Amino acid sequence: MHPAPSIILFTTLSGLGFGMLFFLGLDIASPRGWVAFVFYLIAFALAVGGLVSSTFHLGHPERALKAFTQWRSSWLSREAVAAVIALGFMGLYALGAVFFDAAWRPLGVVGGVMALVTVFATSMIYMQMRTVPRWNHWSPPVLFLGYALAGGALLTGKITVAMIFLALAAIVQVVAWIDQDRREAASDTTLATATGLGHIGSVRAFEPPHTGGNYLTKEMVFRVGRKHAVKLRIISLALMAALPLLLLLVPFSHIFAALAVLSHIAGVLVQRWLFFAEARHVVGLYYGR
Amino acid sequence: MTSLPTHTEKSLGLVIDLDTCVGCHACVTACKGWNTENYGAPLADKDAYGAEPVGSFLNRIHSYEVQPETGPAQLFHFPKSCLHCADAPCVTVCPTGASYKRQEDGIVLVNETDCIGCGLCAWACPYGAREMDPVEKVMKKCTLCVDRIYNENLPEEDRQPACVRTCPAGARHFGDLADPDSDVSKLVAERSGIELMPEQGTAPVNRYLPPRPKDQPPEFDVLAPYLEPVAEEPKGFLGWLDRTLERIG
Repeated sequence: MHPAPSIILFTTLSGLGFGMLFFLGLDIASPRGWVAFVFYLIAFALAVGGLVSSTFHLGHPERALKAFTQWRSSWLSREAVAAVIALGFMGLYALGAVFFDAAWRPLGVVGGVMALVTVFATSMIYMQMRTVPRWNHWSPPVLFLGYALAGGALLTGKITVAMIFLALAAIVQVVAWIDQDRREAASDTTLATATGLGHIGSVRAFEPPHTGGNYLTKEMVFRVGRKHAVKLRIISLALMAALPLLLLLVPFSHIFAALAVLSHIAGVLVQRWLFFAEARHVVGLYYGR
Repeated sequence: MTSLPTHTEKSLGLVIDLDTCVGCHACVTACKGWNTENYGAPLADKDAYGAEPVGSFLNRIHSYEVQPETGPAQLFHFPKSCLHCADAPCVTVCPTGASYKRQEDGIVLVNETDCIGCGLCAWACPYGAREMDPVEKVMKKCTLCVDRIYNENLPEEDRQPACVRTCPAGARHFGDLADPDSDVSKLVAERSGIELMPEQGTAPVNRYLPPRPKDQPPEFDVLAPYLEPVAEEPKGFLGWLDRTLERIG
């Protein structure tokens, strides 16, 4: 799959932002006043910034409001609706925390839970794709939620929780990679089932429909990332979990904490790039890839 | 509404004969022509005469080589367009309701004024039947020429999809696959028509007729018994030459 920068940025940043909002909304000892203002500013900038960047890949962003209508059937629509509910409730909750020194608890609980629901809906967009065996797997929801919780805890300064979730995310990610490789290798969709010619003999793509590329080959038949996949997986694990864990284990300083956050974000970006670049869409079979 | 209808009154679709298709791409040209000049946004081309031409097409012809265990390889031309699936995954993923499947005839269509061009439906389709138009930035797909098949301004013989109407080999057939007595259903029954990628669970309406087994070439030429057998051992001058050359070599 084509790793579109707008989608990678969106899933990374909004995952972090909604992860932060989850902890801000549910934490009994959530910050108040100007400290709260800074936390909410960062959380909203990440969540809203991610949502805005996702509209850059749309052909007609001016019609984006129509995407709120099909929540009964479409995970993309559910994601949009959940995001607006989460941001609305957390916006009001933030208003209380920053300006009235108040914790309007029910608003925080609903907003925080809906923040995680938003991340879950995002992951389900990928998981539902039978056409992409690597995604049609238990891992996208678990990983997206795990990354959101790890990043959210890290950015809201919950060091112990962050360390637990960072370690868990790394372990689950390794298991997921191994199991996704197995899932993709075991896919029962082949060029034989795609053409229905398998009963005659072994099928080989002889000639593509056109000498040039097309929307399908550009969007879904992406092949660059797989060559360095193992190295990139190690780099992503090191940046996402290992380095931040080391930085959190040494005595606390704001510089180390900031470095941990930056390293974590860089690691998640590499992981998301791989998430797309490694995924093979079955339509590639028709093109002999 | 992007939920799928529980049933459709008809299941209009195509039956494509892989034994008959000669790979001439006439259906591609007819499709591009009709669907550029009529219903919906035109099918654009970009950089058409440049180094990297791209364009949107609703129908593309692949070619596949099949190597049987014994005998020579066989070549098949393979037209591919939307299969108007009963359980169309492209429809349910649409966030805006632009994609829909019609209850009356089962055709899967895109309402282009509602399409935000997110491309999710193209990801959901295992067949590569949907392409984003490079100029209009809306999703394009086969409409089964919905503006021809019911069009009373056209002569009756033209009320079928442009690809079917133009096919010079008669490799494409159009009809109601839900009606067991229709010509297409009979053809599918007779030739054991198949679904593409049945394991994807899309329940496609279109069917492909597999190639009939090829004749086996005879082991010997039928006229051989009437010909003088070729001399195995040369005689006379050629025999002397053969023996001499053997000795030198």
